[in-house]
Amino acid sequence: MAELTYRDAVARGIAQEMARDPDVVFLGEDVAAAGGVFKTTVGLLEQFGPLRVRDTPISEQAILGAAMGAAMTGLKPIAEIMFSDFFAVCFDYIANEFPKSRYMSNGQLKCPLVVRTGNGAGSRFGAQHSQSVENWCMMIPGLKVVAPSNPRDVIGLLAAAVRDPDPVIFFEHKSLYATKGEVPDGEIVDKLGTAAIARPGKDATILALALMVPRALAAAERLKSQHGIDCEVVDVRSLVPLDTQTILGSVARTHRLFTVEENPRLCGWGAEIVSIVADEAFYDLDGPAVRITTPHIPLPAADILEDIALPTVDRIVDRVHKAMNS
Amino acid sequence: MATIEDRAPAGAVNDDIGEEKRLALYRTQVVLREAEQRAFDLFLQNLVKGTSHLSLGQEAVAAGFAVAMQPGDLSFCTYRGHAHTLARGVPVEQVLGELMQRDNGLMRGKGGSMHLTSVDHGVMGSYAIIGAHLPIACGAAWRAQYKGETDVSVCFFGDGTTNIGAFHEALNFAAVWKLPVIFVCENNLYMEYTPIGLVTAVPHPAADRAAAYGLERIVVDGNDADAVYRTATTAYEKARAGLGPSLIECMTYRHSGHSRADPAKYRPEGELERWKERDPIKIYRERLAQFGIGSDVVAAIDADVKRIVDEATVACKAAPMPPLELLTTDVYADGGFAWRN
Repeated sequence: MAELTYRDAVARGIAQEMARDPDVVFLGEDVAAAGGVFKTTVGLLEQFGPLRVRDTPISEQAILGAAMGAAMTGLKPIAEIMFSDFFAVCFDYIANEFPKSRYMSNGQLKCPLVVRTGNGAGSRFGAQHSQSVENWCMMIPGLKVVAPSNPRDVIGLLAAAVRDPDPVIFFEHKSLYATKGEVPDGEIVDKLGTAAIARPGKDATILALALMVPRALAAAERLKSQHGIDCEVVDVRSLVPLDTQTILGSVARTHRLFTVEENPRLCGWGAEIVSIVADEAFYDLDGPAVRITTPHIPLPAADILEDIALPTVDRIVDRVHKAMNS
Repeated sequence: MATIEDRAPAGAVNDDIGEEKRLALYRTQVVLREAEQRAFDLFLQNLVKGTSHLSLGQEAVAAGFAVAMQPGDLSFCTYRGHAHTLARGVPVEQVLGELMQRDNGLMRGKGGSMHLTSVDHGVMGSYAIIGAHLPIACGAAWRAQYKGETDVSVCFFGDGTTNIGAFHEALNFAAVWKLPVIFVCENNLYMEYTPIGLVTAVPHPAADRAAAYGLERIVVDGNDADAVYRTATTAYEKARAGLGPSLIECMTYRHSGHSRADPAKYRPEGELERWKERDPIKIYRERLAQFGIGSDVVAAIDADVKRIVDEATVACKAAPMPPLELLTTDVYADGGFAWRN
């Protein structure tokens, strides 16, 4: 067991899989010699050499297209798109190519690849380098979508993604890179499609993803100590496949549902989950499901504005407290 | 306006191609012609559903590249991909079946005309988003380079593709990584309905961009299967020798409209007729005669291909529609479409 940053967990996860399987290759902008603009891939070039860890031009379509062509002919590529906002310039591969080739070819083509990307706000980068776009990917049949909240999950879910036979979009949160967590020694392999109960509780279920998980946990502590409300925090971890059983099970115990979402409100991942709960567990609920989200706005650069755009611990506490007492 | 610059010498005596390859080139072109003509007939009978983009008149490009390939080489096609798929030896029945969206189709009706795929024949998909498959072909070539395998990836596309970003990203990427990939532009003079010259800054939309990526400028007569075959052979040898990508512009002309919805009324009077004078199959029949191949041999090929296409047509008309269970298969690798537990 060792304490590791989320940032270093990325490199360890990639290294674990590259050491295991020579078909795992890694490409992206500034990922090799520079070690990544977020320093998430430091040391990989030295460890695995320039044939397996490759710098690319600023050509996001070429990066994802090349990853797909390599994947469909036998490699297991990990491609990095530096900021998830850049998905918009290579979205053809994410929306039209990766997820549809197997279906359109009636199972002849395969696409076992991982796209890693820096997602989310908190860096004061403004509207084009700060978005949470996991919901862009969640809505596309054929993709799998994961977003870890801690270093151990980074390694385990990345390993699961690399070993998965389907295209997996792997959202790393930029504001979590510097955070630390205990990580076991040796190989870590997790399972896609599994949520985790990050904090058990009996009064309300709070669903959260990535950066919103530590905020939900902090809010739960305060709700308990200040208001006597005992919240269960579920780290959703995987949007596709979605672990609805864990979510429905939690709601069946607590009878209240809150989602904490960094994505802007419309069509955020929580909307889908709330609809599932409304459809399948309506009579488990003692009150309305409540979504706590970023408003329907582009993100501002100024820190005081960005800080109030995202769900904060204060906002989570306030919304849960009010809803539970109304 | 683009012009044909590099015609093969008529009546070439240096027979570097040989009779066996020549007959393969001829037969392949006839298969493509007959199958595409049949696809059009079936469309008129309302038996080909959806859209379809025919390669009538462009057969020499597909035949020349396919006959020059080694068995393990990989083809990446566009929505105008019937010809390139058939040229790799995919049975006519499977192609027509897919156009008719029947259960005997290549993908059992799940892909349709624009997405013909036959991995067993090296046809790694037909891509209907302009430019998407150029980077994908780079990736397949990267795999060959990384694993020390000798196959070449060949990516076919139209003149209109040269104006989209993915074309330029892929060319640069392939050149920098020295990938064993060949980019084949079929310049049929029209970007859908618009003359390519009206929307492109240079006369040769592919070849005139080659220098920007450190590549040789290559324009070939795309209606002469021998010229295409020779150019392809040189490019395959270069790729297999580890000397990197090639970009080849083949001058050709489609006899039909862009898609089945297009009567091609935008073409100037007489243009189609002039190009039909240079019909690739007409040219090739003359070529075979120049090399002393008898008209009986040619007639036997013609009859055999017609029989195959006729039999395929009968089989496709009798084939059932796909079973409804196919709706949800192969979304994910487990064979199904489950997104939740």
